[in-house]
Amino acid sequence: MPKITSYEKLLECYKEYQPLLHTRKDGAAHVDTKTVLICGGTGCQSSDSLHILAEFNRLIAEKHLEGKVEASITGCFGFCEKGPIVKVFPDNTFYVQVTPADVLEIVEQDLIKGQRVTRLLYEEPNKKEKVAASEDIPFYKLQKRVALRNCGFINPEKIEEYIANAGYQALGRALTQMTPAQVIDEVKRSGLRGRGGAGFSTGKKWEFASMYESEEKFVICNADEGDPGAFMDRSIMEGDAHSVIEGMALAGYAIGAHQGYVYIRAEYPLAVNRLKIALIQAREHGLLGEHILGTNFNFDIDIRLGAGAFVCGEETALIHSVEGGRGEPRNKPPFPAQSGLWEKPTIVNNVETLANIPILFQEGAAKFAELGSQTSKGTKVFALAGKVNNVGLVEVPMGTPLRKIIYDIGGGIRGGANFKAAQTGGPSGGCIPAQFLDTPIDYESLMSIGSMMGSGGMIVLNDHDCMVNIARFYLEFTVEESCGRCAPCRIGNKRMLEILTDITEGRGTEADLRELKELSQTITDTSLCGLGQTAPNPVISTMKYFWDEYEAHVKEKRCPAGVCQKLLKYEIDPAKCIGCTACARGCPVSCISGSAKQPHVIDQTRCIKCGACMTKCRFGAISRN
Amino acid sequence: MVNITIDNQQVSVPEGTTVLDAAKQANIKIPTLCYLHLEKSNFLNNVASCRICVVEVEGRRNLPPACATPVTEGMKITTNSKRVLSSRRKNLELILSNHPFNCLICAKSTDCELQTLAWEFGINTQRYRGERATHEIDKSSGALKRDPEKCIMCRRCEVMCNEVQTVGALTAFGRGFNTVVAPAEKKPLIESPCVYCGQCVSVCPTAALTGVGYISEVWDALFNPKKKVVVQVAPAVRVAIGEEFGMQPGQIVTGKLAAALRRIGFDGVFDTTFGADLTVIEEGREIMDRLKSGKNLPILTSCCPGWINFINYHFPTLKYMPSTCKSPQQMTGAIAKNYYAKKMGIDPKDMVVVSVMPCIAKKYEAALPYESTHGIPDVDYSITTRELAKMLKEGSVDLKNMPEETFDDPLGESTGAGVIFGATGGVLEAALRTVYEKYTGKTLEDVNFMAVRGTQGIREASIQINGRTVNVAALSGLGNARKVLEKIVKGEAHYDIIEIMACPSGCVNGGGQPYCHDRDEVIEQRIRGLYHIDRNQAIRKSHENPSIQKLYQEYLGEAGSHLAHELLHVESHN
Repeated sequence: MPKITSYEKLLECYKEYQPLLHTRKDGAAHVDTKTVLICGGTGCQSSDSLHILAEFNRLIAEKHLEGKVEASITGCFGFCEKGPIVKVFPDNTFYVQVTPADVLEIVEQDLIKGQRVTRLLYEEPNKKEKVAASEDIPFYKLQKRVALRNCGFINPEKIEEYIANAGYQALGRALTQMTPAQVIDEVKRSGLRGRGGAGFSTGKKWEFASMYESEEKFVICNADEGDPGAFMDRSIMEGDAHSVIEGMALAGYAIGAHQGYVYIRAEYPLAVNRLKIALIQAREHGLLGEHILGTNFNFDIDIRLGAGAFVCGEETALIHSVEGGRGEPRNKPPFPAQSGLWEKPTIVNNVETLANIPILFQEGAAKFAELGSQTSKGTKVFALAGKVNNVGLVEVPMGTPLRKIIYDIGGGIRGGANFKAAQTGGPSGGCIPAQFLDTPIDYESLMSIGSMMGSGGMIVLNDHDCMVNIARFYLEFTVEESCGRCAPCRIGNKRMLEILTDITEGRGTEADLRELKELSQTITDTSLCGLGQTAPNPVISTMKYFWDEYEAHVKEKRCPAGVCQKLLKYEIDPAKCIGCTACARGCPVSCISGSAKQPHVIDQTRCIKCGACMTKCRFGAISRN
Repeated sequence: MVNITIDNQQVSVPEGTTVLDAAKQANIKIPTLCYLHLEKSNFLNNVASCRICVVEVEGRRNLPPACATPVTEGMKITTNSKRVLSSRRKNLELILSNHPFNCLICAKSTDCELQTLAWEFGINTQRYRGERATHEIDKSSGALKRDPEKCIMCRRCEVMCNEVQTVGALTAFGRGFNTVVAPAEKKPLIESPCVYCGQCVSVCPTAALTGVGYISEVWDALFNPKKKVVVQVAPAVRVAIGEEFGMQPGQIVTGKLAAALRRIGFDGVFDTTFGADLTVIEEGREIMDRLKSGKNLPILTSCCPGWINFINYHFPTLKYMPSTCKSPQQMTGAIAKNYYAKKMGIDPKDMVVVSVMPCIAKKYEAALPYESTHGIPDVDYSITTRELAKMLKEGSVDLKNMPEETFDDPLGESTGAGVIFGATGGVLEAALRTVYEKYTGKTLEDVNFMAVRGTQGIREASIQINGRTVNVAALSGLGNARKVLEKIVKGEAHYDIIEIMACPSGCVNGGGQPYCHDRDEVIEQRIRGLYHIDRNQAIRKSHENPSIQKLYQEYLGEAGSHLAHELLHVESHN
């Protein structure tokens, strides 16, 4: 592939590559060829999606459909629960939970005869109706895919498709028609804020780094996604690595950097691989390296693999890790914009932030800022999980109320249970109770109700979840992931976890509750980095909104949700027990005694609270409190 | 200048000043624990890991650490609000909750900065009783003891080891509550690149890093009627041990020390300074040989075992450069067990040589198999200045009120040249005094080589000897040694003689010296003490030491003789 040596040539390529996407663009309904896109993300691949692709290709050859049908992988569609997903263009037919065995039917019925395979279509759970096109599925209807625009649309391993979708034009235009100051100004005017958690203004960050004189500066893409359950960054890297590369190159131009690094977890092999492919392609096309698009701008990107430490998501820890040191944060100031990688001015931007950059330039800052709330512009990708019907990645404009995300997009609470809380922001965030379901979600509103945006994890909890236990779970995570540098985080969080464990195991006291509050304050106030400063958040927010559950655990030694095993008590109602001995025979520790046809009794001192007796009893004689 | 307000006081400080230093100017002493600044050692620990020095800054949502927060114009700081004090106390209580409460039997009791802080804060309960991290004690080196359960993760040792000394033996390992400072992969120290300089010991606020103690072994020897136990005292000890008895740093207690050692039962009380003079003769000979031949230059001194370990690990290609001389400790031991024992009719096997050193690495050196003569170790036990102070106290000896006595002959006679071995530059100066006279045959009128004195890490001078310019340097601190050695490797620097001491400022600041606050000032005073002794000594050139002259006449023959080589040199230092 010859290098693209100017912005004009890039525009020519754009035109030349248009046919690649002709089945997928708006108004393509009349084309007579079809494109089958199969999700090639980590989730669907683990459900055999590459086998599905192979089946399509085999059958396309066998049925002589070459030229009429093309099958390829694409990035994550987001509706991961229904994977593997196969989408047929131009009809937008959305097949869910496809197996390799289903492919023949899709080929024969849909691709050849033009009839949709109804049984593989998505079924709306509330109405029990099949929905054919993705845009009609409620999960997608309210979404606005900006950062995820190319995921599920282009083949991430083909730079031609990225270029055909206007890729690298933002870079080309900036390099040829804008000064670095104008680029920064555009980002500032868009109101884009960091998607990694804290929500700092991206334009301001770039501006700070541009102000410091230095021969060398660096752009780092933070792809060390570590929040439990969050996978939007992985999906973007897997499905649209070029937009991250383009975003980084724009950042490099803006601040005067010539080298970028993508710091990505080694646990994301597919994302690493796609990124490697994209970097090679970008270099081959003259979109990275020296004299990009024939200009005097030089910029290249290398990959640095993280060894899987959550704290390396913190920018100074990340920088230490890139330098080859121990992943451990340091005090700020100085901020990386002044003294970062190898003590040079450095900006660290998250994957999702960078993926927003090219589209921001394509459409203009004003257009970008149309979406979102007063203080938070654009969209945010959430990883929706937990006790919700539709699990997956959802991208919505900032300011979308929680209720819309959980009930309209997420399809409501699974199994008809009641909503209890939404945990957002991962281990740094908090639990939002039902009273705030109508709060428009943005950086400020989440902070004001005791949670935070974080990287966008959203876990829905129902009334079978114990909030004390949830707080304990998150704290267990931060205790495990603390780097061990500062005392409040290293020891304080450990002590908090010990107290929470005591409470969930029936040893808690009222003094413990006071201690939890005090420790939370000190850890928040004095920890060195964001990890420690936010670690008590799950405790603080659950204590604030679910105080009664804490009290029940401490004062009554009772877990209202019936989760904390050590607080459970299984009892046999002598009035209902007929002495069938089923429970006694099923008890793994033989702690149930009683003669046949006589009411049985559980020895509470030996009971391990496994609940086996309760499932064995056919007379409803065993209760759990 | 930046204008700020601290506790309602207006203060003007230079840009870049930390809140901690700015507060000092306003006579506000913010408590610290992990923070430490030693200007002379080029050591700054501001990792801000303990979070004891936190303050409240108007407009900031959290409490930043004073030690690592630079002031900004208009900053309003409160150092003693309720929020600040309760956070400090809580963090201290948290640190204590993961620290053994066995202060009574701890090596650092009364010298422990954590203990002091807890006392100052009036902590009188054990607030948290959760899990305590457990770690193995590491005494594998026989010199430096690691007790990680006492570690409070202040990271001073790491900064010292990695940044000042550039040894790279210690690093934080593991995560969260189980994080521990250890050699890589938590291997025993003996398998690490540790050189046992002991500078980590001197900055450790607790007893997580100390020396391996030999007090009981020494007492056992002293109380063993079959053993003749002799002791030798290094130069740097006499200007420091007084501190353990309430005297001023730098106060000279040579005579009192001789008396004290006799009181606790040593059969012979010798001076390592004698060995230092002997080193000058042997090494002087080597210097002249190399200067004349122009080969294997520069010659590097070999008195300091920490430094010798360092070159072995880090610059193995330069191993031919150090002098083959044993250190003064080993020379004194070898002469005691051979020359002196023979004179006194003692079987060397029945003699125990104890050395009192300002040093941790000397313990390691004494135990090296090749630091011996005919299979008998030259030195049996090397104890630190601190250990001797404890022995004296236990042995009912109040050093302060001892009479002035002298060391025993012949290993007790010394010169000013030998005494200054305890300060950086002293070995080089002593060698130059002798080499000059031997090389030129002229009398050196002014014995003071001022250019090589001082506490800067790298000092250089050019000296004319017989029309030849001799380029010399005195280096202290292994980081400084590394800088110069790297230049030598690259061919960018050319020297003839270099003295290298592992510890910044030399042995006076050794890892076995009394713990001290205001260390920079204390070091200065100890150095002043040594030069004071030198100035007032009748004999200030090693080759004029009558006992040394007699030793050669009676026993060794001439410098570099076969016997001298057998007793006083090594084939190679590893």
